[in-house]
Amino acid sequence: MLAGILAALLATLFARAFAEPQIDLAIGVEQSHSAHHMSAPHGGGSTVSEPEEEVVSRSTQKGAGLLTALALYGAAVGGIFAIVFAYGYGRFGAIGPRSLALLMAGLVFLLVVVVPAIKYPQTPPAVGKHETVGLRTAAYFAMIALSLGAAAIAGKVRAALASRSGRGFDATLLALGAYAAIVGLGQLLLPTIDEVPADFPATLLWNFRIASIATQLLMWTTIGIAFGLWAERVLKRQRG
Amino acid sequence: MATTAGLFDDSFIPVQGGAAIPVEDIAPWAVLGTLLALIFLYFVSTEQGAFALFQGTYVHEFVHDGRHLLGFPCH
Repeated sequence: MLAGILAALLATLFARAFAEPQIDLAIGVEQSHSAHHMSAPHGGGSTVSEPEEEVVSRSTQKGAGLLTALALYGAAVGGIFAIVFAYGYGRFGAIGPRSLALLMAGLVFLLVVVVPAIKYPQTPPAVGKHETVGLRTAAYFAMIALSLGAAAIAGKVRAALASRSGRGFDATLLALGAYAAIVGLGQLLLPTIDEVPADFPATLLWNFRIASIATQLLMWTTIGIAFGLWAERVLKRQRG
Repeated sequence: MATTAGLFDDSFIPVQGGAAIPVEDIAPWAVLGTLLALIFLYFVSTEQGAFALFQGTYVHEFVHDGRHLLGFPCH
């Protein structure tokens, strides 16, 4: 019976987490997106990014393609988010569902988006060489894995220190230091990639990266808030 | 009189049967969900970029904008 309730709970959480980012992103993203693409044509070597013959038209890429990409991404991270939430809820103190969801989303945004972007920032079309895409992909995923791994280690460090010394605040500071040290070391060791063409406009690059990070921020904020609301409802219903 | 509410003032609601959901109940969902998620992520991020299961560049071009915008490496 418990499994049945849990199944329903997770399924609903899933559905919400799947659907919500898609709806909101379609709107929010389209704006930031069109902003960067309107500026792309006079962005120097932007033609480099387009293949000789267009396999998929720009309008399809902008509309359905972008929506599909973000929807799949949202569904994927939403699904994982639901699982982690189901595990974490009630395991990290008596934090309410909405608070936990929002805190988690904020943490993920920091760990998966912001920290890797310091080393490997988002690149607009026309930046980056074809030959190095394998290396860049590997390095990028390694950076995300490193960030998550370092966070897991930091969490363990905090738990161990807090239970031994009983000083939660100091333990948190040390854990944050451990995270920064691991990530810093990893960023030093991972290969540097500098493939921005010399004539690529700096403002366009900046705008693109801002738009990209804003997209992610919107996505994670939406997941955090919507998921929390939905989880609260489900939890109240199964109790009442 | 206390008129200020806490920053995070939603209260903890216990899950039926205990404070937390048992790991055994989560595990099957976790396996299924992670697998699905990885497949989704693969197609959005890497297919026909660094690796290719299908010939051509259709998948790549189709999700191209999203790939750039989400920060995945791309040409």
